[in-house]
Amino acid sequence: MTERVSVTIDGAQVSVPKGTSIIEAAKQAGVLIPHYCYHPSLPSPAVCRMCLVEVEKAPKLMPACVTTVTDGQVVHTNSLPAKQAREGVLEFLLANHPLDCPICDQAGECELQDYTFQEGRAAGRHDDYPKRYNPVEDFGPDVLYVPNRCILCTRCVRFMDDVAEDGVLCVSERGDRATIGIFPDRELDHPWAGNVVDLCPVGSLISKDFLHKARAWDLDRTASVCPGCTQGCNITIDTRDNTVVRLRPRANLEVNRHFMCDEGRMHYRWMNRGDRLESPSVLEGDQRRAVGWDTALERLGQMVRGGAGTAVVLASGRASLESLGWLSRLLGRYQVTAAVQVPMGDEAPLAGVPGLALRAERAPNLQGARVLGYDAPWASALAAAGKASLVVLLDVSLTEAEAAGLAGAGNVVVLGTVESGAGARAGLVLPVTTMAEEHGTWMNCDGRVQRYQQAKAPPGMAQPAWWVAAGAMATIDASADTPGSAAEAFAALGAHWPALAGLSYQDLGLSGRIAMPAMAEAAR
Amino acid sequence: MSGTTHGHADAPHAPVFTGNVRARLEALFPQYPTKQACLLPALWMVQEERGWISEPAMAEVAEVLGLTPAYVKGVVTFYTMYHTHPVGRHFIQICTTSPCNLCGAEAVMAALLRETGCVELGATSPDGRFTVAEVECLGACGFATPIMINDDFIESVTPERVAGILQGYK
Amino acid sequence: MGYPHPTHPKETPVLSKHFGDAGARTFDGWVQRGGYAALRKALGMTPEAIIEEVKGSGLRGRGGAGFPTGLKWSFMPKGDGKPHYLVCNADESEPGTFKDREIMRWTPHQLIEGCAIAAYAIGAERCYIYIRGEFTEPLRVMTAAVAEAYAQGALGADVFGSGKRLDIVIHRGAGAYICGEETAMMNSIEGRRGNPRIKPPFPAQAGLFAMPTTINNVETLASVPHILNRGGAWYKGLCLSNPKSTGTKLISVCGHVQRPGNYEITMGTSMKELLFDMCGGMKPGRTLKAVIPGGSSVPIMTAAETETCLLDYEGVVACGSMLGSAGMIVMDDSTDMVYQIWRLARFYAHESCAQCTQCREGTAWTTKILERILAGKGKQSDLDLLLSLSENMTGKTICVLSDSCAAPIVSGIQKFRPEFDAYLSGARQPALAMA
Repeated sequence: MTERVSVTIDGAQVSVPKGTSIIEAAKQAGVLIPHYCYHPSLPSPAVCRMCLVEVEKAPKLMPACVTTVTDGQVVHTNSLPAKQAREGVLEFLLANHPLDCPICDQAGECELQDYTFQEGRAAGRHDDYPKRYNPVEDFGPDVLYVPNRCILCTRCVRFMDDVAEDGVLCVSERGDRATIGIFPDRELDHPWAGNVVDLCPVGSLISKDFLHKARAWDLDRTASVCPGCTQGCNITIDTRDNTVVRLRPRANLEVNRHFMCDEGRMHYRWMNRGDRLESPSVLEGDQRRAVGWDTALERLGQMVRGGAGTAVVLASGRASLESLGWLSRLLGRYQVTAAVQVPMGDEAPLAGVPGLALRAERAPNLQGARVLGYDAPWASALAAAGKASLVVLLDVSLTEAEAAGLAGAGNVVVLGTVESGAGARAGLVLPVTTMAEEHGTWMNCDGRVQRYQQAKAPPGMAQPAWWVAAGAMATIDASADTPGSAAEAFAALGAHWPALAGLSYQDLGLSGRIAMPAMAEAAR
Repeated sequence: MSGTTHGHADAPHAPVFTGNVRARLEALFPQYPTKQACLLPALWMVQEERGWISEPAMAEVAEVLGLTPAYVKGVVTFYTMYHTHPVGRHFIQICTTSPCNLCGAEAVMAALLRETGCVELGATSPDGRFTVAEVECLGACGFATPIMINDDFIESVTPERVAGILQGYK
Repeated sequence: MGYPHPTHPKETPVLSKHFGDAGARTFDGWVQRGGYAALRKALGMTPEAIIEEVKGSGLRGRGGAGFPTGLKWSFMPKGDGKPHYLVCNADESEPGTFKDREIMRWTPHQLIEGCAIAAYAIGAERCYIYIRGEFTEPLRVMTAAVAEAYAQGALGADVFGSGKRLDIVIHRGAGAYICGEETAMMNSIEGRRGNPRIKPPFPAQAGLFAMPTTINNVETLASVPHILNRGGAWYKGLCLSNPKSTGTKLISVCGHVQRPGNYEITMGTSMKELLFDMCGGMKPGRTLKAVIPGGSSVPIMTAAETETCLLDYEGVVACGSMLGSAGMIVMDDSTDMVYQIWRLARFYAHESCAQCTQCREGTAWTTKILERILAGKGKQSDLDLLLSLSENMTGKTICVLSDSCAAPIVSGIQKFRPEFDAYLSGARQPALAMA
């Protein structure tokens, strides 16, 4: 039982574990103490001096990020001395910081702007003294460094040194000549280096990928989960006019802390593909004819009801628990061989965060698929498909050879986002949504079930695959429960798969829930 | 050790820490609990051997001590006595902080620039002989104005003495 | 004193007794002059007894902070099993101060002996002497002296047969005033940028290489053998004014006096006596205008304020400044105060380590404002701006370099405002050209 201490911050009394910093204790009291260099996932140097607060009985203002609370302490974060100190820091920062807002990507999500607006001086007194000037540097591959805007908070250096354990950045020079430095011929090519752009409170470290692409206030932000691998880092999908323009990590102290890898960060363009399947279609002879959903679901129900024996499901590693679960239920009468496609890549751990890595298995719902019985090896499932009575492809693309292998199958149904390569043989091709266009859940490598949310509107008539499966089931059995939402679709899974029993979207919230404790333990 | 070699910035880097120099560095290891603590002494050795500390030299020091090159660069650029580019054969430092300033240091500085032929502070004279740098308090305020030429600390310099002093540095 | 002028009768030569005496540099020479008796005596005492003796002497840190030395030593943990370190601060970069250099180049063994006794008292087996990179002569002399001390058994695995170990390592700095700050010095020894550290943790808990460490100034350590030889009571008795300030102090007098140099005075000596008697007063035809008594990081004193000033820690505070390192910068009526304050601000701007926002930006900005004033382009509001920025630079940073920059600015504007006004009004011709 950790010893607890009681501290009063701006009049609110809170009880926190001994050893908590004032800045963290303040969060519990509902007080955000402005800061730059402090970050909960980095060691704290207390250099920006922005978090100076008044502590009764202390002779000087104390930096809240490195001062631990003592029992009975009384802290004032908004007393006149504290406010004046912050106003002073802001004015000093703006002495050399250029008024780049009109051309700076950080505008609208800039902590210097925010705090200056909140409590800076109305007008700076730096007048027309020339500001320090240094040219922009390319830290590569994706990161640009704008020294003029740098406030020397050193978050980037500490991240690379202590979290990535790849010390390619340093502070160079001294005094007001200091900038962040990188050694010549070295780049910020560590698999997790892109996080320095998020960590930078201002627009000094910026992403080339995002450069001048969108204004922060034009963006819609959706809490989601990275589709890149089985780690399941929590992310935010930023969209503008229904186009995904950026992925950023979202804090989850249990999974990815505040970080995501560059591989996940940079792979979002597929979410904006225009060459999408947009309407259901049936194969008549060798012609495809577009049909409405009623006809399509009716047709699918007939196919399922009319068949027997073996069925093979070839599913994408991105398919949701809801989609995989309901599809499995739809095929209940068959002996099912089900597999998920798992592209493989190099693993890239983030050294400073145990248990966090870009995983070799580039499939966000690999664990979830296995729990739901999608555990056949891909190659065997492909082989079995050639003799199966019913083959269902769920958002996968086959090579010509693989598609040719389906020649011997009975019925082939494609639930796809883009052309699957099997269209010529598929009796039914049904357009489904990507993870960006639907609500859903995945289970990560630690057995944690996490929700992702809809970030953009789906194209054409595309629907979530679980909706398609449930709709087809309803045509077979009119009394079947049809979920009216992804939440209901999820809630229904627990009756069939004990691992998910009793879980609801409400339980999962935005940081997920461990459904398989044994898996989490093994991962540790 | 007086005199500096006029290194060329683009010649390939020949390792510094070989033979005798390596032995001297390794003799330092037992004096500190970490190799990192040998960084400042190691950088002095590089500067003594080569006259300045090039980026390849920084990378070499990093490798020898188990540090990253960027880390070494951060340290080198912090300390003003390490040269990150070649300087004249004789490097002159003159203090102009207030105590010496009160005693005519700026006149000595002007005399140094004039007599060495350096067009400005920090620049090397056309004949490669001298570089004059303005530095902060050299800790000999009662003996104003002190200057350093390489490792020689010369006290009580006046403008009149400058030409004669420089004679001794070819 | 003793170098380059002979000791003045009003001095109390203890540390400086052998300045200028080349024979004092060698081990044998030092022994002949009474050296190493204190170390031998100390080795026969317990560390606790030594600490008590030093506490009783009233010795306070001579680097500028004036913290009671015996008390500082007593902060070191006992029986913790960790390696302890002593660091000797020979970085001497405070403008106006040049005493440690003299101690090292004339009496290196005095310092070595002091380090040895201190190390023994705090349970340290290794002492790092951090000498600033520019001090090439002290580096040479100290290196030779340390080698001699090893050869003579005063250092090494078995000091004077006592079974105690002591190693001294000389660590050369590379040009950074901030490394004189004790936590920055530890970072510098560890092979890092010389950034001051946040406290807590304090050096006695986790200092050099995260081990318990004590950092002392050269002059402080050099005083220790004398305290051991003649007793703490003797040292305590060297006191002319406030009993909290005892012993002798080397005052480094520089600037506009007839005889600049180091003067060793008993604590409580009058500043007027020092300047006008021992130093020979002003240059011909000149009058005293201002004194910065403690190295440049303390408020400037007007001539009037020096009239009754006694040279000890409390005495200088009573006259509106601080004794600090006692690097006394004397300015006569030929001095352009605004120019000198600008030059000091420029010093701090060059030396700021860049960690804290107020220091990094404030030292540079105040320098720019002063430059503009000197160039004849200042505004009346600039003075209020300088005062406001100085307030924002004071008491808000990891170390006090920022405060040190503010001190001459604030005291300068408060006490020499007419000189600033003269530039602002155009009554005085610009002293600088704007780039």
